Amino acid sequence: MLLVASNVLGNFTLSRGLHQIGRLISFSPWPYIHAFVNPLVVLGVLLLIVWLISQLSLLSRVDLSYVLPVTSVSYVLTALMGEFLLHERVSTVRWIGIGLIGLGVSLVVRTVPRTAPVLHKFGDLPFEAAQ
Amino acid sequence: MKWLLIALIVVPGTIADVLNTMGMKRNGEVYDFRPRAIFRLIASLARNPYVGVGVLAMAVSFFALMALLSITNLSFAVPATAFSYVLETALAKYILKEHIGWRRWAGASLVGCGVLLVSLGV
Repeated sequence: MLLVASNVLGNFTLSRGLHQIGRLISFSPWPYIHAFVNPLVVLGVLLLIVWLISQLSLLSRVDLSYVLPVTSVSYVLTALMGEFLLHERVSTVRWIGIGLIGLGVSLVVRTVPRTAPVLHKFGDLPFEAAQ
Repeated sequence: MKWLLIALIVVPGTIADVLNTMGMKRNGEVYDFRPRAIFRLIASLARNPYVGVGVLAMAVSFFALMALLSITNLSFAVPATAFSYVLETALAKYILKEHIGWRRWAGASLVGCGVLLVSLGV
């Protein structure tokens, strides 16, 4: 029960985090935008902060080796957005890559999200103490 | 120069992820996303040495990526970082003591290959 609940919660934050990562990746020509459009830079920095907080919250609950592959779904989302929203053509090689990422993620999702030992170092941890 | 920048992307990026994970695991699980709780979280993270150094390393990695992108294009920069999926999985096993079975190894490898293809594919 606890496992399923944590999985669902993890997936929820994942989709939250992914949303922002997806948008950030499309911001990769950031330095060029930086040169002339200021509001976009502000938006980029805000998104970066939101992304950082989501990423850190996720890492507080789930293994690094779970977070990394699963958040790579952002590549898939970016490609799908390019294809369907921006009507770009996605090449066959890219589709194969997207397929591999999907396959890899589907494997990792079927593992227990957290296997790392619980650590107590900074202050008291009410949630974990209650377990 | 290119390869130095790639090292500056991969090494600090990997260190950043490992340190951030160590710091966050010590900070306790985060479940509350109301604005006030987020500010409290930021305040506690500011005093967390792991996360502090981790975010600094992240910044180094980020600016190295920006520098690399200014001298090469994205399809050179991203494949070089695809390898870090497998590298970080190994570090997660030995430093963070995560249990990594065949599904995680296979998943990380497939994702690394997939990222490689997505960024190389024309």
